[in-house]
Amino acid sequence: MLEFRKDLFAAERDDNLNVVGKGAQRQDMPGHVTGRSPFFDDHAFEGLLHLKVVRSPHHHARIRHIDTSAAERAPGVKRVLRGADVPVNKNTLLSLINFGKDDEPTLAVSKVSYKGEPVVAIIAETEHQALAARALVRVDYEVIPHVFDVEEALKPGAPVVNETYPNNYFDYHDRYDHSKLRFGDVERAFAGADFIVDDRYQMSPIEHAPTETNGSIAAPEQNDRFVVHSCAQGLFFSLGTAAKILNLESNRLHFVGGTVGGGFGGKVDSLTEPLSILGAMMTGQPVRYVLDREEEMLYGSPRGAERIYIKDGIMRDGRIVARRIRSYFDAGAYTRLSSYAAIKCTAHLPGPYTIPNVSADIYVAYTNRCPSTAMRGFGITAVDFALEVHMDKGAEACGMDPMEFRILNAYRDGDMKAHRRVAKNTALIECVQVVADKTGWPLSDQARRQSSLTGGGGARADIPATVLDDNGRIGRPETRTGPVTETLPAGTMRIPMTKQPIMEGSAEARPTPPAVPQYEPYRPTPPANQPAYQPQPYQPTPTAPPPTQAAPPSPPSAPPPASAPPTQHGAVRFSSVFGTRRR
Amino acid sequence: MAKVPVQFRLNGSDRAAFVAPADNLLTLLRRGLNEFGPKYGCGQGTCGTCTVLIDGELQLSCLTLAATCEGRHVETVSGMANGPTLHPIQQAFMEHFAAQCGFCTPGMLTAARALLEANPTPSREEVIDGISGNICRCTGYEAIIEAILAAARSGQVRRA
Ligand code: FES
Ligand code: FES
Repeated sequence: MLEFRKDLFAAERDDNLNVVGKGAQRQDMPGHVTGRSPFFDDHAFEGLLHLKVVRSPHHHARIRHIDTSAAERAPGVKRVLRGADVPVNKNTLLSLINFGKDDEPTLAVSKVSYKGEPVVAIIAETEHQALAARALVRVDYEVIPHVFDVEEALKPGAPVVNETYPNNYFDYHDRYDHSKLRFGDVERAFAGADFIVDDRYQMSPIEHAPTETNGSIAAPEQNDRFVVHSCAQGLFFSLGTAAKILNLESNRLHFVGGTVGGGFGGKVDSLTEPLSILGAMMTGQPVRYVLDREEEMLYGSPRGAERIYIKDGIMRDGRIVARRIRSYFDAGAYTRLSSYAAIKCTAHLPGPYTIPNVSADIYVAYTNRCPSTAMRGFGITAVDFALEVHMDKGAEACGMDPMEFRILNAYRDGDMKAHRRVAKNTALIECVQVVADKTGWPLSDQARRQSSLTGGGGARADIPATVLDDNGRIGRPETRTGPVTETLPAGTMRIPMTKQPIMEGSAEARPTPPAVPQYEPYRPTPPANQPAYQPQPYQPTPTAPPPTQAAPPSPPSAPPPASAPPTQHGAVRFSSVFGTRRR
Repeated sequence: MAKVPVQFRLNGSDRAAFVAPADNLLTLLRRGLNEFGPKYGCGQGTCGTCTVLIDGELQLSCLTLAATCEGRHVETVSGMANGPTLHPIQQAFMEHFAAQCGFCTPGMLTAARALLEANPTPSREEVIDGISGNICRCTGYEAIIEAILAAARSGQVRRA
């Protein structure tokens, strides 16, 4: 019997990875300080060609005619690429995980939907020649009305930004115009609240502005493959995206990366890879496509702007009894990752607080802006900003110290979250206590004694009877305070799915992909010993303190929640997209 | 456009190339001579990733016409280490975690070198001033300033 000698590489198999708390040298540091870390553009190729794109000067226009004849004859030009040259000229990034419809062309064909949208690509021997030829491309546009505002975009009669989604909203599972969260009965709780705090928050798009601009170099390799030096943050995500758009077997692409000159989320879109590879396929030479700084700032996708409305119902003693949220994600002209951001946002609500009545409607709206994408906690950061500003306003309304207000309303281990999962490993109370400590902010003794580990669960783990409504349905704004359509009994975990979602394949060139991520069939799990519905199940305190008293009373000590299954790690990142958990 | 010859020294070795009159030094170094130390960050003199020394003076290679380097000495990050032995500033950057993605690092190191060779004992304000032409988007400034001050304290950087 042949056996590998384990002694030869024994030291490499050391699983003793106890480095937390100790200083360790990063393995990429020597490369960084000597200037030898190989970024995508730090590769020499004989016969390297340069690709530049012609971009739309209009926010929204139909393309009547494109004339590239002068550009094709310009000095040094090797090839001019048009939409028809792209094998699968429609894609959406998350189609790789079977989510959303293909909606974005690599090169626009019949219309442009944002200023800066790529229309034609020029490949030439030098950058100067590519730029000179770019100026010779004639595109005849018919400018059509555009829409920039998320709420305007959702009104009837608004210009259609993205033909794949003709109502200007992303439709979840082909039938939901937004993402919805319902827990308890907010209207009833608002009616009984002492204070109502209502406000609107508007974010701006934010450019990642990486020091290294987006780009890639693709070159023919032996064995009919292509080597691609890329700055992609998700190298294999980019490989899959390029293979799909180019209708190539993925094993013909050899992506090299891992050195990202700053990304922050702005390098997950595969902005350049498909065209540089297509250029290499068409010319048989290495092709380099790098955004210049102006392109990076204007047309590299930003963090999407969000508009968020929050309404809180607060009792005199500081308890938040109801929170309603309406939020609009500005996807720009195409989906990219906004559909996912909105799901993250919904799952994050109502923030790290235990609020017995929550209602949220989260929309992804298309506008004639540069498509937005991932950026550092996208989907969460903006709504957190809005929530925390709103918390300060809530504290002010009920005359409470803002830190104590947060401790009073903080979730605790064992509490039921609005999306019907039990809160675990909570630590907001401790965070607030540490912040108060570090900043010398006075906290009452009672607030200091609070802990995330105690006081949770019990009645706070109940799922209240939940009213369902059509509020928020687009095209029916009058239903925003519409009637209750149904009341789910207390303890209901899920609403049954009535229909399997339609699996989305690329209609143009590929068969429907294997339907790997499936919906979990609905399995009703009748809760045992479900307590009867109580209008105000929220009980942080047995006795409500007077309104001006800053100290929150101790919550009753509740038994620890029934032993929960161990926290899952890994492999669940996108599971929320599908509304199911991988096991 | 007719190309013109240019000869200069790069990190101590002779180099020669033909360049178009409008070619900048950054493009010549990166695409003509495969010297990838200086990076393209903006091409318009705002980010400092292309920083080099020309005859010991701090310059932005994206704003320097290649043809004007005739007979001069261009130094980049690639010439800082002495074989496997790191320059004291490189060593300090390693030890103080003064790089995250590493893209601004070649320019930062070159700016730090110019600073310490002119002023071996800078104050904190002088260090900040010395790297004020270099953008680090990964928010590494504090660590970078600490690293440069540590390199100065080591006393190993000689006045040029
Ligand atoms: S590339 Fe020269 S300053 Fe930015
Ligand atoms: S380390 Fe990334 S820009 Fe400075």
